Amino acid sequence: MTESLNVLAALTVLIPLTGSLLWFWVSPKFGEKTAGTGAVLFMLGSFLAMSALFFQVGEPVRILFFEWFALTKTQSVNFSFLLDPLSLALGMIVTGVGTLIHLYAAGYMHGDKSFGRFFSYLNLFVFSMLMLILSDSLVGIFLGWEGVGLCSYLLISFWFTDEANANAGKKAFIVNRVGDLGFLVAMFSLFKAFGTVSIPELLTLINSGAISADQLFWTQFACWGLVLGAAGKSAQIPLYVWLPDAMAGPTPVSALIHAATMVTAGVYLVCRLQPLFMLHGQILEVLAFIGGFTAFFAATIAIFQNDIKKVLAYSTISQLGYMFLAVGLNAPVAAYFHLITHAFFKALLFLGAGSVIHGLHHEQDMRHMGGLRTKMPITFWTMTIGVLAIAGVPPLAGFVSKDELLHIVSGSHRSWAIFFAFATAFMTAFYMGRLWVMTFFGKFRGHHEAHESPWRMTSVLIVLAIGSAIAGFLNWPILWGGSGSLHHYLGSVVAQAEFPTSTEAFASSIKLAIGSSLIGLLGLGLAYWRYRDFKGKEFEGAVWNPVKNKYYIDEIYQSLIVENLKRVGDFFWKVIDGRILDGFLNGIASRAGGASLQLRKLQTGLTQQYAFWVWVGVLILIVGAFSVR
Amino acid sequence: MSIPVAYVLLLSFGVFCMGACGFLLRKNALSLLICLELMLSAVNIAFVTFARLHENEGGNILYFLVITVAACESAVGLAILLNFFRIKRSIRLDDATALGVEQ
Repeated sequence: MTESLNVLAALTVLIPLTGSLLWFWVSPKFGEKTAGTGAVLFMLGSFLAMSALFFQVGEPVRILFFEWFALTKTQSVNFSFLLDPLSLALGMIVTGVGTLIHLYAAGYMHGDKSFGRFFSYLNLFVFSMLMLILSDSLVGIFLGWEGVGLCSYLLISFWFTDEANANAGKKAFIVNRVGDLGFLVAMFSLFKAFGTVSIPELLTLINSGAISADQLFWTQFACWGLVLGAAGKSAQIPLYVWLPDAMAGPTPVSALIHAATMVTAGVYLVCRLQPLFMLHGQILEVLAFIGGFTAFFAATIAIFQNDIKKVLAYSTISQLGYMFLAVGLNAPVAAYFHLITHAFFKALLFLGAGSVIHGLHHEQDMRHMGGLRTKMPITFWTMTIGVLAIAGVPPLAGFVSKDELLHIVSGSHRSWAIFFAFATAFMTAFYMGRLWVMTFFGKFRGHHEAHESPWRMTSVLIVLAIGSAIAGFLNWPILWGGSGSLHHYLGSVVAQAEFPTSTEAFASSIKLAIGSSLIGLLGLGLAYWRYRDFKGKEFEGAVWNPVKNKYYIDEIYQSLIVENLKRVGDFFWKVIDGRILDGFLNGIASRAGGASLQLRKLQTGLTQQYAFWVWVGVLILIVGAFSVR
Repeated sequence: MSIPVAYVLLLSFGVFCMGACGFLLRKNALSLLICLELMLSAVNIAFVTFARLHENEGGNILYFLVITVAACESAVGLAILLNFFRIKRSIRLDDATALGVEQ
């Protein structure tokens, strides 16, 4: 039994890794069709292996492959996987949505001269992401964590001949390094406190309740470090700035990495280490506040963006904020549920946006779109489902998960959280409605003739639209006669309060559901009313400038941090290195040169002079020998 | 009756000083070779004297060794000098400065 699990788990991660080594040379040799089909088939293989694992594993299983390296004489880090509901559910999303996006990308990237390189990176990303999810030690997670960061960098700056793309990649990588520092601090603090980096062992130690004051002290650093790490990877305040710029990459990348999978790594990590955070309630509170504020803040920015991908990027930040809000309020199941539904509808929205961009010959500005509903019917209808889902219209996926979230938030009796959550819900509906209406309704304001995308792209949109429509039934609330299956499934590894099942609770939850769907419909309606005959201009006037310019956060970071870092770097380069170090060494060298110039004048070539110096030497020796005696 | 050792050593010292001063002061390369021989002879006198003094044959053996080396050395020195003269038409040692730094 475990033998076959071993093989399956190894296959799941090794297939994408092999793929990443293949496609970059397969594509130029055998043509892009082979590479594209191969990449999709490899991903499908990985997905099938993952599904087999998903259906076979009941109780959490640890799969040991080999001993990786020794930490101390008795302790070693194992290369091993932990298969439990948390990792399996996310693994299914990564490989499943990943397969669909590979299929889509094969159509989207058609004709690109670096076609093979793209799929190599994409497969490498899936490998890293699976390592992150499946590893059972912090070191293994760190390997995946850095791997996805690397792939994110490579794919954002995929078209690196354009300097803006290269800079966006650098920005993402460097901002993520700040978060990685937090992760390292967390890893070291946990090792210091418990002497192990294996997650099951850590959790057993924490759950045993026998924690000394010293250990508690160190876990505090671990929690803060993890908050920083999660904020970096999952684009939360203050480290969210890289995600909007990451949209410079190809659209399938934005869908796979910067919406559906990689950015959820932070949520996953916090859920995975939930007992650790339970030790420090105040840090969870901070996490919830960060999440809530990010959700609100990013949503206000999203309303004012004109680039279709930027709107979706800020929307992603906002939705991730929702997940952190739920995690912070100690509701990991709700966060996970939103993560799963979000993976579906946000991937759908990004791929739909990609289809629009593709159809309009790389036009991304929504002011130059409009009226596409007749020209791109499949994209229009699938996007409609995505928009309705994220806006929270029942019974689509986004409604169920968001409603559960709102339910938890209103049950938490924190006024700030309630304000953030409901305001964000309204703004989400509004900016998604704005995107939808500006793109598909009104008159066409663009320059190119639009056309529908090829079947490889539209078929993926259809599958994802079905997913976005029905994913909510994964966890249809028990109160409403659903099974709450995700709740039961994840309940074995993470703790979340059960919902009350009384009739009053039912009544209040129905009220909440009606309220939240009304909020969604209101936002959509307002957007339709405002943008149905959009003329290309809006929000004129200086009042809107701060929010149109994303509150000048990038500029503030630039002048406060980047410029100062550059100044420090310049100081070290020009003064410390150039003047002091180089000056010191070059000074010694030139002094030595000067001294030898003088000394070589002694070498006259006159034999008798040499003899004279020999005599002088002998005399000194003789005099010395006598005076010593 | 024998000559006191000190006298013989004084003789050796005197001859050595003559050789040494000549080596430093003369300009003619041939004289320099002769001065070298003088110094070696002075050392030989000292060796033989000490051999007698200590009744030890080591000094006498060294005498033969030194005289042999001296002979070889003058032969080589004369050969070099001859070739030097052929090239430079001079036997003044001041003219042999090719190995020095260029002035």
